Amino acid sequence: MSDHEYTPKSKFGKWFNDRLPLLTLANHLTDYPTPKNLNYWWTFGGILTFCLITQIVTGIILAMHYIAHADLAFESVEHIMRNVNYGWLIRYIHANGASMFFLAVYIHIFRALYYGSYKSPREIIWIIGMIIYFLMMATAFMGYVLPWGQMSFWGATVITNLFSAIPFIGESITNWLWGGYSVDNPTLTRFFSLHYLFPFLILGLVVLHIWALHVPGNNNPIGIDIKKPSKDTVPFHPYIVIKDLFALLIFLIVFAFFVFFSPNILGHADNYIEANPLVTPAHIVPEWYLLPFYAILRSVPDKLLGVIAMFAAIFVLVILPWLDTSKVRSAIFRPIYKQFYWFLVADVLVLGYMGAMPAEGTYLLIARVATVYYFAHFLIILPFLGAKEKTLELPLNITEPVLGGSPNQATAKDNNNLKNNL
Amino acid sequence: MSESDKKKPNRRDFILTATTAAGAVGVGAAIWPLVDQMNPDASVKALASTEVDISSIEPGQSITVLWRGKPVFIKRRTDEEIKSARAVNLKDLKHPEKDEDRAKNPEWLVMLGVCTHLGCVPLTNKGDYNAWFCPCHGSHYDTSGRIRKGPAPTNMEIPKYEFVNANIIKIG
Repeated sequence: MSDHEYTPKSKFGKWFNDRLPLLTLANHLTDYPTPKNLNYWWTFGGILTFCLITQIVTGIILAMHYIAHADLAFESVEHIMRNVNYGWLIRYIHANGASMFFLAVYIHIFRALYYGSYKSPREIIWIIGMIIYFLMMATAFMGYVLPWGQMSFWGATVITNLFSAIPFIGESITNWLWGGYSVDNPTLTRFFSLHYLFPFLILGLVVLHIWALHVPGNNNPIGIDIKKPSKDTVPFHPYIVIKDLFALLIFLIVFAFFVFFSPNILGHADNYIEANPLVTPAHIVPEWYLLPFYAILRSVPDKLLGVIAMFAAIFVLVILPWLDTSKVRSAIFRPIYKQFYWFLVADVLVLGYMGAMPAEGTYLLIARVATVYYFAHFLIILPFLGAKEKTLELPLNITEPVLGGSPNQATAKDNNNLKNNL
Repeated sequence: MSESDKKKPNRRDFILTATTAAGAVGVGAAIWPLVDQMNPDASVKALASTEVDISSIEPGQSITVLWRGKPVFIKRRTDEEIKSARAVNLKDLKHPEKDEDRAKNPEWLVMLGVCTHLGCVPLTNKGDYNAWFCPCHGSHYDTSGRIRKGPAPTNMEIPKYEFVNANIIKIG
């Protein structure tokens, strides 16, 4: 985006800004031109920032009371719940906050899929986003291990054993991850250390994510480039700030419902039993936000291939900008893609449900079909649509669908050129 | 650079290459302790063996003991179980191993009670072979602890063990 020259008004401000241009940055963030047709699906970036800050603040507080030791961890969590002032509240915010974080990130990702926000020139934003998503999963997984309940212990055992599928060096790698021959105290202490570190890595990547966003500017629901900033955009402050805050309030109602009325509904009762290396719970299930990948893992009957399929399910998202070859971004103008988009949403929901069910009989069969479809969507359907789909006519500019036609000759001409290029 | 300079490395190139190589070795040596500290430490390795009294186990019974943080199944097999384990055609096995090699003393099967799929503890006297069944992802093992059905790639592992006397087994 074109930044106009900014000069602070006060003398001190000017003196400071000449030495460290923080005020220029603040001015850029305030005046940042935002497409005026953004809908509420675009408010989840702000909501996610809020979620990250909430997790970091509550996490730092919990770390003041938590003890990372196999013999004391479980008890210290109960101590937080019963004795620490407002400990129950802070822990429930942190635990449900993870779920809310994933809820928001899934909406954010599926918004990008619908409106083609991952396409040129926003590929790097998308890839950084996928790295953030991957780090979020790692962080959430390690955080879930810390209370040292049965699900913590066995979840950690199953996930770390994924690495034992690697030929030849698998066993050395798992022993290295564990710091022993099974999940035990050394595993717990290193998970605690990394669980504390990763959110700050995510924070750094979020800065890069936003930086990369501010180079081309936001995508928008009709997915065409901004033709004339003065007509098609509004400044970030106050328009988007107020809209984001309103959406955040609605989001907080959902968040508060979970924290205050059903704080354990997203967890597993087994995690209130202390870890026991001799007894595996009858049914090991990861947290809901990992279930689709868990279903993919289990639907492959071979151990190594199952692990590969699971990681490939994430990797295929990373290379998505090059799999979807259609030049039209928004699904609004892609009638066939739009339908396949909703098939994909349904497919991921089915995978999630199958991940929670036992891996046998009909469940396993459905999970296998859904796994095949998941990969087919990205590897077959998207490249095919990019070549064959007949897309609808794009509007002249962002204002046109709102006001109906542009009287501006220059814009109309621009658009003709654009259409010819497409 | 002229043509002859490109072909023949000069002293400057030599110093650059030598410095980079020495630097890479130095960085590698400095990083190794940071990586190796995560490997099993001396106190973990010190708990490498354990002795178990098996005198009170009746035929058909099985006990589970903890060794290196992992469960070990010690099963006193019945004649029927031994017979069914030894009657299997090796061609039917995903991971062909003779029962004779897995249980030197046919009556006693000592193995890690860890599913080779993703490390859960299988349930005893369950599954298609009425031996071991892993509830996590549905692997069935036979009376010799060999994988017969499901996602696990190999048979359950036999640890190093020996009979100290008729009543005591030393694992590890």
